[in-house]
Amino acid sequence: MSATGAAIDLAPGVLAGDVGAIARMITRVERGALDGADQMAQLYRAGGLARVIGVTGPAGAGKSTLVAALGAEIRRRDLTLGIVAVDPTSPYSGGSVLGDRIRMQALGDDPEVFIRSMATRGALGGIARATADAVAVLDASGKDVVLVETVGVGQDEVDIAQASHSVVVVSAPGLGDDVQALKAGLLETADVHVVNKADRQGADRTVAELRSMLGFEAGEGWVAPVLPTCAESGQGVPDLADALDRHHDWLVASGGLRERQRSMARHRLKTLLTALVHQRLDRPVPGSAFEAAVEALCLRTTDPWTAAHSLLERELGGRPKGCS
Amino acid sequence: MPPTDVAENPIRVLVAKVGLDGHDRGVKVVARALRDAGMEVIYTGLHRTPEQVIASAVQEDVDAIGVSLLSGAHMTLLPRLLELMRERGVEDKVLIAGGVMPDDDVVALKAMGVAEVLGQDTPPAIIVSTVERLVRERQATQAG
Repeated sequence: MSATGAAIDLAPGVLAGDVGAIARMITRVERGALDGADQMAQLYRAGGLARVIGVTGPAGAGKSTLVAALGAEIRRRDLTLGIVAVDPTSPYSGGSVLGDRIRMQALGDDPEVFIRSMATRGALGGIARATADAVAVLDASGKDVVLVETVGVGQDEVDIAQASHSVVVVSAPGLGDDVQALKAGLLETADVHVVNKADRQGADRTVAELRSMLGFEAGEGWVAPVLPTCAESGQGVPDLADALDRHHDWLVASGGLRERQRSMARHRLKTLLTALVHQRLDRPVPGSAFEAAVEALCLRTTDPWTAAHSLLERELGGRPKGCS
Repeated sequence: MPPTDVAENPIRVLVAKVGLDGHDRGVKVVARALRDAGMEVIYTGLHRTPEQVIASAVQEDVDAIGVSLLSGAHMTLLPRLLELMRERGVEDKVLIAGGVMPDDDVVALKAMGVAEVLGQDTPPAIIVSTVERLVRERQATQAG
Protein backbone atom coordinates (compact mmCIF):
# COMPACT_ATOMS: atom_id res chain seq x y z
CA MET A 1 0.00 0.00 0.00
CA SER A 2 1.07 3.55 -0.32
CA ALA A 3 -0.32 6.54 1.51
CA THR A 4 -0.33 8.60 -1.67
CA GLY A 5 -2.20 5.81 -3.45
CA ALA A 6 -5.54 7.40 -2.57
CA ALA A 7 -5.30 9.68 -5.58
CA ILE A 8 -4.37 6.96 -8.04
CA ASP A 9 -7.18 5.53 -10.14
CA LEU A 10 -6.82 1.79 -9.72
CA ALA A 11 -9.92 0.84 -11.72
CA PRO A 12 -8.20 0.55 -15.13
CA GLY A 13 -5.52 -1.69 -13.61
CA VAL A 14 -8.12 -3.87 -11.93
CA LEU A 15 -10.12 -4.19 -15.15
CA ALA A 16 -6.92 -5.21 -16.94
CA GLY A 17 -6.30 -7.88 -14.31
CA ASP A 18 -3.18 -6.23 -12.87
CA VAL A 19 -2.29 -8.06 -9.65
CA GLY A 20 -0.89 -5.01 -7.85
CA ALA A 21 -3.95 -2.90 -8.68
CA ILE A 22 -6.34 -5.64 -7.54
CA ALA A 23 -4.43 -5.98 -4.26
CA ARG A 24 -4.40 -2.24 -3.55
CA MET A 25 -8.06 -1.86 -4.48
CA ILE A 26 -8.99 -4.59 -1.98
CA THR A 27 -6.96 -2.77 0.68
CA ARG A 28 -8.90 0.37 -0.12
CA VAL A 29 -12.33 -1.26 0.24
CA GLU A 30 -11.15 -3.00 3.40
CA ARG A 31 -10.33 0.37 4.88
CA GLY A 32 -13.73 1.66 3.85
CA ALA A 33 -11.92 4.45 2.05
CA LEU A 34 -14.56 6.64 0.47
CA ASP A 35 -12.04 8.11 -1.96
CA GLY A 36 -12.27 4.77 -3.75
CA ALA A 37 -16.06 4.84 -3.98
CA ASP A 38 -16.26 6.15 -7.53
CA GLN A 39 -13.72 3.56 -8.65
CA MET A 40 -15.72 0.81 -6.95
CA ALA A 41 -18.81 2.14 -8.74
CA GLN A 42 -17.03 1.58 -12.03
CA LEU A 43 -15.82 -1.88 -11.01
CA TYR A 44 -19.20 -3.00 -9.69
CA ARG A 45 -20.88 -2.06 -12.95
CA ALA A 46 -18.25 -3.93 -14.92
CA GLY A 47 -18.75 -7.10 -12.86
CA GLY A 48 -21.47 -9.66 -12.46
CA LEU A 49 -19.88 -12.34 -14.61
CA ALA A 50 -17.96 -14.35 -12.01
CA ARG A 51 -19.44 -17.38 -10.32
CA VAL A 52 -19.15 -16.84 -6.59
CA ILE A 53 -18.92 -19.99 -4.48
CA GLY A 54 -18.93 -19.85 -0.70
CA VAL A 55 -17.22 -22.55 1.34
CA THR A 56 -18.24 -22.67 4.96
CA GLY A 57 -18.42 -25.05 7.91
CA PRO A 58 -17.13 -25.59 11.42
CA ALA A 59 -13.47 -25.04 12.37
CA GLY A 60 -11.35 -28.08 11.67
CA ALA A 61 -13.52 -29.49 8.89
CA GLY A 62 -10.75 -28.81 6.40
CA LYS A 63 -12.13 -25.78 4.57
CA SER A 64 -8.74 -24.35 3.53
CA THR A 65 -7.48 -27.67 2.21
CA LEU A 66 -10.76 -28.23 0.37
CA VAL A 67 -10.65 -24.74 -1.14
CA ALA A 68 -7.10 -25.43 -2.30
CA ALA A 69 -8.13 -28.76 -3.86
CA LEU A 70 -11.29 -27.34 -5.42
CA GLY A 71 -9.28 -24.38 -6.70
CA ALA A 72 -6.82 -26.74 -8.39
CA GLU A 73 -9.72 -28.63 -9.99
CA ILE A 74 -11.24 -25.37 -11.23
CA ARG A 75 -7.89 -24.45 -12.76
CA ARG A 76 -7.73 -27.86 -14.47
CA ARG A 77 -11.02 -26.90 -16.08
CA ASP A 78 -9.28 -23.84 -17.48
CA LEU A 79 -11.15 -21.23 -15.46
CA THR A 80 -9.39 -18.33 -13.80
CA LEU A 81 -9.76 -18.07 -10.06
CA GLY A 82 -9.91 -15.64 -7.18
CA ILE A 83 -9.96 -16.70 -3.54
CA VAL A 84 -10.95 -14.66 -0.51
CA ALA A 85 -10.07 -16.51 2.69
CA VAL A 86 -11.53 -15.07 5.88
CA ASP A 87 -10.13 -15.68 9.36
CA PRO A 88 -11.29 -14.23 12.69
CA THR A 89 -9.95 -11.06 14.25
CA SER A 90 -9.16 -11.35 17.95
CA PRO A 91 -11.75 -9.33 19.87
CA TYR A 92 -9.04 -8.66 22.46
CA SER A 93 -6.11 -7.34 20.48
CA GLY A 94 -7.77 -6.54 17.15
CA GLY A 95 -5.04 -8.60 15.52
CA SER A 96 -5.18 -11.90 13.69
CA VAL A 97 -3.06 -14.65 12.22
CA LEU A 98 -4.23 -15.46 8.71
CA GLY A 99 -2.92 -18.89 7.85
CA ASP A 100 -5.02 -20.03 4.91
CA ARG A 101 -2.19 -19.52 2.42
CA ILE A 102 -0.19 -22.30 4.08
CA ARG A 103 -2.45 -24.87 2.45
CA MET A 104 -2.85 -22.98 -0.80
CA GLN A 105 0.78 -22.53 -1.79
CA ALA A 106 0.61 -24.73 -4.88
CA LEU A 107 -2.20 -22.51 -6.17
CA GLY A 108 -0.27 -19.40 -5.22
CA ASP A 109 2.38 -20.21 -7.81
CA ASP A 110 -0.24 -20.00 -10.57
CA PRO A 111 -0.40 -16.49 -12.06
CA GLU A 112 -4.08 -16.98 -12.93
CA VAL A 113 -4.96 -17.37 -9.26
CA PHE A 114 -5.31 -14.42 -6.89
CA ILE A 115 -5.52 -15.25 -3.19
CA ARG A 116 -6.34 -12.71 -0.53
CA SER A 117 -6.50 -13.33 3.21
CA MET A 118 -8.95 -11.20 5.12
CA ALA A 119 -9.64 -10.72 8.81
CA THR A 120 -13.23 -10.32 10.02
CA ARG A 121 -12.37 -7.03 11.80
CA GLY A 122 -15.26 -7.43 14.19
CA ALA A 123 -17.94 -8.64 11.77
CA LEU A 124 -19.94 -11.53 13.17
CA GLY A 125 -21.58 -13.28 10.21
CA GLY A 126 -18.64 -15.48 9.18
CA ILE A 127 -17.21 -13.09 6.59
CA ALA A 128 -15.77 -9.57 6.79
CA ARG A 129 -17.70 -6.40 5.96
CA ALA A 130 -15.45 -5.87 2.96
CA THR A 131 -15.66 -9.44 1.65
CA ALA A 132 -18.43 -8.67 -0.85
CA ASP A 133 -16.42 -5.70 -2.12
CA ALA A 134 -13.27 -7.81 -2.45
CA VAL A 135 -15.33 -10.31 -4.45
CA ALA A 136 -16.61 -7.45 -6.63
CA VAL A 137 -13.01 -6.37 -7.31
CA LEU A 138 -11.98 -9.91 -8.31
CA ASP A 139 -15.14 -10.24 -10.41
CA ALA A 140 -14.34 -7.00 -12.24
CA SER A 141 -10.76 -8.17 -12.78
CA GLY A 142 -12.13 -10.96 -14.93
CA LYS A 143 -11.87 -14.00 -12.69
CA ASP A 144 -14.27 -16.73 -13.86
CA VAL A 145 -14.79 -18.15 -10.38
CA VAL A 146 -14.36 -16.58 -6.94
CA LEU A 147 -14.17 -18.89 -3.93
CA VAL A 148 -14.95 -17.37 -0.54
CA GLU A 149 -13.80 -19.31 2.48
CA THR A 150 -15.57 -18.23 5.67
CA VAL A 151 -14.22 -18.40 9.21
CA GLY A 152 -15.00 -21.59 11.09
CA VAL A 153 -18.69 -21.10 11.77
CA GLY A 154 -21.21 -22.34 14.28
CA GLN A 155 -24.90 -22.41 13.55
CA ASP A 156 -26.04 -19.00 12.48
CA GLU A 157 -23.13 -17.27 10.80
CA VAL A 158 -24.74 -17.46 7.41
CA ASP A 159 -23.85 -14.14 5.72
CA ILE A 160 -22.12 -16.18 3.01
CA ALA A 161 -25.54 -17.25 1.72
CA GLN A 162 -26.22 -13.60 0.84
CA ALA A 163 -22.86 -13.18 -0.84
CA SER A 164 -22.52 -16.19 -3.16
CA HIS A 165 -24.32 -18.09 -5.89
CA SER A 166 -23.57 -21.52 -4.47
CA VAL A 167 -22.76 -22.49 -0.89
CA VAL A 168 -20.72 -25.55 0.03
CA VAL A 169 -21.08 -26.59 3.66
CA VAL A 170 -18.13 -28.69 4.78
CA SER A 171 -18.29 -31.03 7.72
CA ALA A 172 -16.07 -33.86 8.84
CA PRO A 173 -16.54 -37.00 10.89
CA GLY A 174 -15.88 -36.73 14.58
CA LEU A 175 -16.48 -33.01 14.92
CA GLY A 176 -18.38 -32.91 18.16
CA ASP A 177 -21.88 -34.16 17.72
CA ASP A 178 -21.47 -34.49 13.98
CA VAL A 179 -24.50 -33.22 12.22
CA GLN A 180 -25.75 -31.62 15.40
CA ALA A 181 -23.24 -28.84 14.83
CA LEU A 182 -24.70 -28.12 11.41
CA LYS A 183 -28.33 -27.90 12.41
CA ALA A 184 -30.74 -25.14 11.54
CA GLY A 185 -29.16 -22.09 9.92
CA LEU A 186 -25.96 -23.47 8.49
CA LEU A 187 -27.46 -26.67 7.16
CA GLU A 188 -30.20 -24.81 5.34
CA THR A 189 -27.78 -22.59 3.47
CA ALA A 190 -26.06 -25.54 1.75
CA ASP A 191 -26.42 -26.06 -1.97
CA VAL A 192 -23.85 -28.83 -1.75
CA HIS A 193 -22.82 -30.74 1.36
CA VAL A 194 -19.33 -32.10 1.70
CA VAL A 195 -18.21 -34.59 4.29
CA ASN A 196 -14.47 -34.05 4.20
CA LYS A 197 -11.79 -36.34 5.63
CA ALA A 198 -13.83 -39.19 4.25
CA ASP A 199 -10.91 -41.54 4.83
CA ARG A 200 -11.51 -41.25 8.55
CA GLN A 201 -13.55 -43.53 10.70
CA GLY A 202 -17.17 -42.49 11.03
CA ALA A 203 -17.33 -40.74 7.67
CA ASP A 204 -19.96 -43.14 6.32
CA ARG A 205 -22.14 -42.46 9.33
CA THR A 206 -21.84 -38.69 8.93
CA VAL A 207 -22.80 -38.98 5.25
CA ALA A 208 -25.75 -41.21 6.13
CA GLU A 209 -26.91 -38.90 8.90
CA LEU A 210 -26.80 -35.88 6.65
CA ARG A 211 -28.63 -37.71 3.87
CA SER A 212 -31.38 -38.87 6.16
CA MET A 213 -31.76 -35.45 7.71
CA LEU A 214 -31.99 -33.86 4.27
CA GLY A 215 -34.37 -36.57 3.10
CA PHE A 216 -37.09 -34.94 5.18
CA GLU A 217 -36.60 -31.67 3.39
CA ALA A 218 -36.45 -32.97 -0.15
CA GLY A 219 -39.16 -31.38 -2.19
CA GLU A 220 -39.39 -29.41 -5.38
CA GLY A 221 -36.32 -27.87 -6.91
CA TRP A 222 -32.68 -28.36 -6.06
CA VAL A 223 -31.79 -31.15 -3.69
CA ALA A 224 -28.40 -30.55 -2.08
CA PRO A 225 -26.20 -33.59 -2.65
CA VAL A 226 -24.00 -35.01 0.11
CA LEU A 227 -20.51 -35.74 -1.19
CA PRO A 228 -17.65 -37.45 0.61
CA THR A 229 -14.24 -35.92 -0.14
CA CYS A 230 -10.69 -36.29 1.01
CA ALA A 231 -9.31 -32.86 0.20
CA GLU A 232 -5.76 -33.82 1.09
CA SER A 233 -5.59 -36.52 -1.58
CA GLY A 234 -8.05 -34.82 -3.90
CA GLN A 235 -10.47 -37.74 -3.76
CA GLY A 236 -14.05 -36.70 -4.50
CA VAL A 237 -13.04 -33.18 -5.49
CA PRO A 238 -13.89 -33.54 -9.21
CA ASP A 239 -17.34 -34.75 -8.10
CA LEU A 240 -17.68 -31.61 -6.01
CA ALA A 241 -16.78 -29.43 -8.99
CA ASP A 242 -19.33 -31.36 -11.10
CA ALA A 243 -22.01 -30.87 -8.44
CA LEU A 244 -21.28 -27.13 -8.39
CA ASP A 245 -21.58 -27.04 -12.17
CA ARG A 246 -24.92 -28.85 -11.94
CA HIS A 247 -26.08 -26.36 -9.32
CA HIS A 248 -25.09 -23.49 -11.55
CA ASP A 249 -26.88 -25.02 -14.54
CA TRP A 250 -29.94 -25.54 -12.39
CA LEU A 251 -29.81 -21.91 -11.21
CA VAL A 252 -29.69 -20.73 -14.80
CA ALA A 253 -32.42 -23.07 -16.04
CA SER A 254 -34.82 -22.54 -13.15
CA GLY A 255 -34.55 -18.78 -12.95
CA GLY A 256 -33.01 -19.27 -9.52
CA LEU A 257 -29.93 -17.38 -10.61
CA ARG A 258 -31.83 -14.16 -11.09
CA GLU A 259 -33.48 -14.68 -7.72
CA ARG A 260 -30.08 -15.27 -6.10
CA GLN A 261 -28.64 -12.17 -7.75
CA ARG A 262 -31.59 -10.15 -6.58
CA SER A 263 -31.22 -11.38 -3.02
CA MET A 264 -27.47 -10.66 -3.09
CA ALA A 265 -28.10 -7.17 -4.46
CA ARG A 266 -30.79 -6.54 -1.86
CA HIS A 267 -28.49 -7.65 0.95
CA ARG A 268 -25.62 -5.59 -0.42
CA LEU A 269 -27.72 -2.45 -0.64
CA LYS A 270 -29.24 -3.01 2.78
CA THR A 271 -25.85 -3.47 4.43
CA LEU A 272 -24.36 -0.42 2.76
CA LEU A 273 -27.39 1.73 3.46
CA THR A 274 -27.42 0.72 7.12
CA ALA A 275 -23.74 1.59 7.41
CA LEU A 276 -24.25 4.95 5.72
CA VAL A 277 -27.26 5.81 7.89
CA HIS A 278 -25.21 5.01 10.99
CA GLN A 279 -22.34 7.08 9.71
CA ARG A 280 -24.60 10.01 8.89
CA LEU A 281 -26.43 9.91 12.25
CA ASP A 282 -23.13 9.86 14.10
CA ARG A 283 -22.19 13.14 12.51
CA PRO A 284 -25.01 15.64 13.04
CA VAL A 285 -25.51 18.13 10.22
CA PRO A 286 -26.78 21.51 11.50
CA GLY A 287 -29.95 22.61 9.77
CA SER A 288 -30.82 19.12 8.54
CA ALA A 289 -34.32 17.64 8.74
CA PHE A 290 -32.94 15.35 11.41
CA GLU A 291 -31.85 18.23 13.62
CA ALA A 292 -35.19 19.93 13.06
CA ALA A 293 -36.92 16.78 14.25
CA VAL A 294 -34.68 16.68 17.34
CA GLU A 295 -35.69 20.26 18.06
CA ALA A 296 -39.37 19.41 17.61
CA LEU A 297 -39.00 16.50 20.02
CA CYS A 298 -37.56 18.81 22.68
CA LEU A 299 -40.55 21.10 22.25
CA ARG A 300 -42.85 18.06 22.31
CA THR A 301 -44.50 19.24 19.11
CA THR A 302 -43.86 15.78 17.70
CA ASP A 303 -42.95 12.34 19.06
CA PRO A 304 -40.05 9.99 18.23
CA TRP A 305 -42.26 7.54 16.28
CA THR A 306 -43.84 10.10 14.00
CA ALA A 307 -40.53 11.90 13.51
CA ALA A 308 -38.55 8.75 12.74
CA HIS A 309 -41.14 7.47 10.27
CA SER A 310 -41.42 10.75 8.46
CA LEU A 311 -37.62 11.04 8.18
CA LEU A 312 -37.45 7.52 6.77
CA GLU A 313 -40.24 8.14 4.30
CA ARG A 314 -38.54 11.25 3.03
CA GLU A 315 -35.44 9.24 2.21
CA LEU A 316 -36.64 5.77 1.26
CA GLY A 317 -40.22 6.38 0.20
CA GLY A 318 -43.08 3.99 0.90
CA ARG A 319 -43.96 2.53 4.22
CA PRO A 320 -44.08 -1.19 4.88
CA LYS A 321 -47.44 -2.58 5.95
CA GLY A 322 -47.89 -3.16 9.64
CA CYS A 323 -45.77 -0.19 10.67
CA SER A 324 -47.78 2.30 12.58
CA MET B 1 -8.78 -8.32 29.31
CA PRO B 2 -11.92 -6.70 27.88
CA PRO B 3 -12.54 -6.81 24.13
CA THR B 4 -11.35 -3.65 22.43
CA ASP B 5 -12.49 -1.91 19.30
CA VAL B 6 -10.77 -3.22 16.23
CA ALA B 7 -8.22 -0.70 15.05
CA GLU B 8 -9.32 1.15 11.93
CA ASN B 9 -6.36 0.20 9.77
CA PRO B 10 -4.30 -2.57 11.33
CA ILE B 11 -0.76 -3.04 10.05
CA ARG B 12 -0.58 -6.05 7.73
CA VAL B 13 2.55 -8.16 7.91
CA LEU B 14 3.56 -11.22 5.90
CA VAL B 15 5.68 -13.60 7.90
CA ALA B 16 7.59 -16.25 5.99
CA LYS B 17 10.23 -18.90 6.28
CA VAL B 18 12.47 -18.97 3.23
CA GLY B 19 15.04 -21.54 2.38
CA LEU B 20 15.64 -25.00 3.60
CA ASP B 21 15.65 -24.86 7.37
CA GLY B 22 12.57 -26.22 9.08
CA HIS B 23 12.73 -24.25 12.31
CA ASP B 24 9.41 -22.44 12.49
CA ARG B 25 9.01 -22.09 16.21
CA GLY B 26 10.52 -18.62 16.33
CA VAL B 27 8.45 -17.37 13.44
CA LYS B 28 5.27 -18.61 15.11
CA VAL B 29 6.17 -16.78 18.31
CA VAL B 30 6.73 -13.64 16.24
CA ALA B 31 3.39 -14.09 14.45
CA ARG B 32 1.60 -14.36 17.75
CA ALA B 33 3.35 -11.33 19.25
CA LEU B 34 2.43 -9.22 16.23
CA ARG B 35 -1.17 -10.44 16.36
CA ASP B 36 -1.38 -9.59 20.05
CA ALA B 37 -0.18 -6.10 19.18
CA GLY B 38 -3.21 -5.74 16.90
CA MET B 39 -1.62 -6.56 13.55
CA GLU B 40 -2.93 -8.80 10.80
CA VAL B 41 -0.30 -11.45 10.23
CA ILE B 42 -0.28 -13.57 7.10
CA TYR B 43 1.73 -16.69 7.78
CA THR B 44 2.69 -18.63 4.68
CA GLY B 45 4.38 -21.71 6.07
CA LEU B 46 7.75 -23.37 5.65
CA HIS B 47 10.24 -23.62 2.77
CA ARG B 48 8.99 -20.73 0.67
CA THR B 49 11.00 -19.47 -2.25
CA PRO B 50 11.70 -15.72 -2.52
CA GLU B 51 9.39 -15.70 -5.58
CA GLN B 52 6.53 -17.16 -3.55
CA VAL B 53 7.09 -14.74 -0.69
CA ILE B 54 6.99 -11.67 -2.89
CA ALA B 55 4.05 -12.94 -4.96
CA SER B 56 2.10 -13.44 -1.71
CA ALA B 57 3.16 -10.03 -0.37
CA VAL B 58 1.89 -8.36 -3.54
CA GLN B 59 -1.50 -10.10 -3.41
CA GLU B 60 -1.90 -9.51 0.30
CA ASP B 61 -0.78 -5.87 -0.05
CA VAL B 62 1.07 -6.03 3.24
CA ASP B 63 2.91 -3.12 4.84
CA ALA B 64 5.83 -5.25 5.95
CA ILE B 65 7.49 -8.55 5.09
CA GLY B 66 9.25 -10.45 7.84
CA VAL B 67 11.47 -13.33 6.79
CA SER B 68 13.07 -15.77 9.11
CA LEU B 69 16.29 -17.45 7.98
CA LEU B 70 18.35 -19.78 10.04
CA SER B 71 19.97 -21.65 7.19
CA GLY B 72 22.94 -19.31 6.66
CA ALA B 73 21.78 -18.47 3.14
CA HIS B 74 20.80 -14.90 4.04
CA MET B 75 23.37 -13.27 1.74
CA THR B 76 21.73 -15.04 -1.21
CA LEU B 77 18.07 -15.01 -0.25
CA LEU B 78 17.68 -11.47 1.10
CA PRO B 79 19.27 -9.71 -1.93
CA ARG B 80 17.05 -11.89 -4.13
CA LEU B 81 13.96 -10.76 -2.16
CA LEU B 82 14.97 -7.11 -2.60
CA GLU B 83 15.52 -7.66 -6.31
CA LEU B 84 12.07 -9.23 -6.69
CA MET B 85 10.48 -6.39 -4.71
CA ARG B 86 11.96 -3.91 -7.16
CA GLU B 87 10.86 -6.03 -10.13
CA ARG B 88 7.29 -6.18 -8.85
CA GLY B 89 7.26 -2.50 -7.89
CA VAL B 90 6.72 -3.12 -4.19
CA GLU B 91 10.01 -1.78 -2.83
CA ASP B 92 7.85 0.53 -0.69
CA LYS B 93 7.13 -2.40 1.62
CA VAL B 94 9.34 -2.80 4.68
CA LEU B 95 11.60 -5.89 4.56
CA ILE B 96 12.72 -7.15 7.95
CA ALA B 97 14.94 -10.19 8.46
CA GLY B 98 15.21 -12.35 11.51
CA GLY B 99 17.78 -14.97 12.40
CA VAL B 100 21.43 -15.43 13.13
CA MET B 101 23.89 -13.57 10.91
CA PRO B 102 27.34 -12.03 11.30
CA ASP B 103 27.58 -8.28 12.01
CA ASP B 104 29.34 -7.55 8.73
CA ASP B 105 26.51 -9.19 6.83
CA VAL B 106 23.96 -7.14 8.77
CA VAL B 107 25.71 -3.91 7.74
CA ALA B 108 25.83 -5.05 4.11
CA LEU B 109 22.18 -6.12 4.09
CA LYS B 110 21.00 -2.83 5.54
CA ALA B 111 23.00 -0.95 2.92
CA MET B 112 21.20 -3.01 0.26
CA GLY B 113 17.75 -2.05 1.56
CA VAL B 114 16.81 -4.52 4.29
CA ALA B 115 15.09 -2.22 6.80
CA GLU B 116 16.19 -4.10 9.90
CA VAL B 117 17.82 -7.32 10.99
CA LEU B 118 16.61 -8.76 14.27
CA GLY B 119 18.75 -11.35 16.03
CA GLN B 120 17.30 -14.56 17.37
CA ASP B 121 17.35 -13.25 20.95
CA THR B 122 15.24 -10.14 20.21
CA PRO B 123 12.37 -9.93 22.72
CA PRO B 124 8.87 -9.98 21.15
CA ALA B 125 8.12 -6.46 22.43
CA ILE B 126 11.11 -5.09 20.51
CA ILE B 127 10.04 -6.93 17.36
CA VAL B 128 6.57 -5.38 17.67
CA SER B 129 7.85 -1.85 18.25
CA THR B 130 10.37 -2.19 15.42
CA VAL B 131 7.68 -3.24 12.92
CA GLU B 132 5.39 -0.43 14.07
CA ARG B 133 8.13 2.18 13.85
CA LEU B 134 9.41 1.12 10.44
CA VAL B 135 5.92 0.94 8.92
CA ARG B 136 4.92 4.34 10.32
CA GLU B 137 8.19 5.88 9.11
CA ARG B 138 7.65 4.45 5.66
CA GLN B 139 4.07 5.72 5.57
CA ALA B 140 5.20 9.18 6.66
CA THR B 141 7.80 9.39 3.87
CA GLN B 142 5.21 8.32 1.32
CA ALA B 143 2.65 10.83 2.54
CA GLY B 144 5.25 13.62 2.46
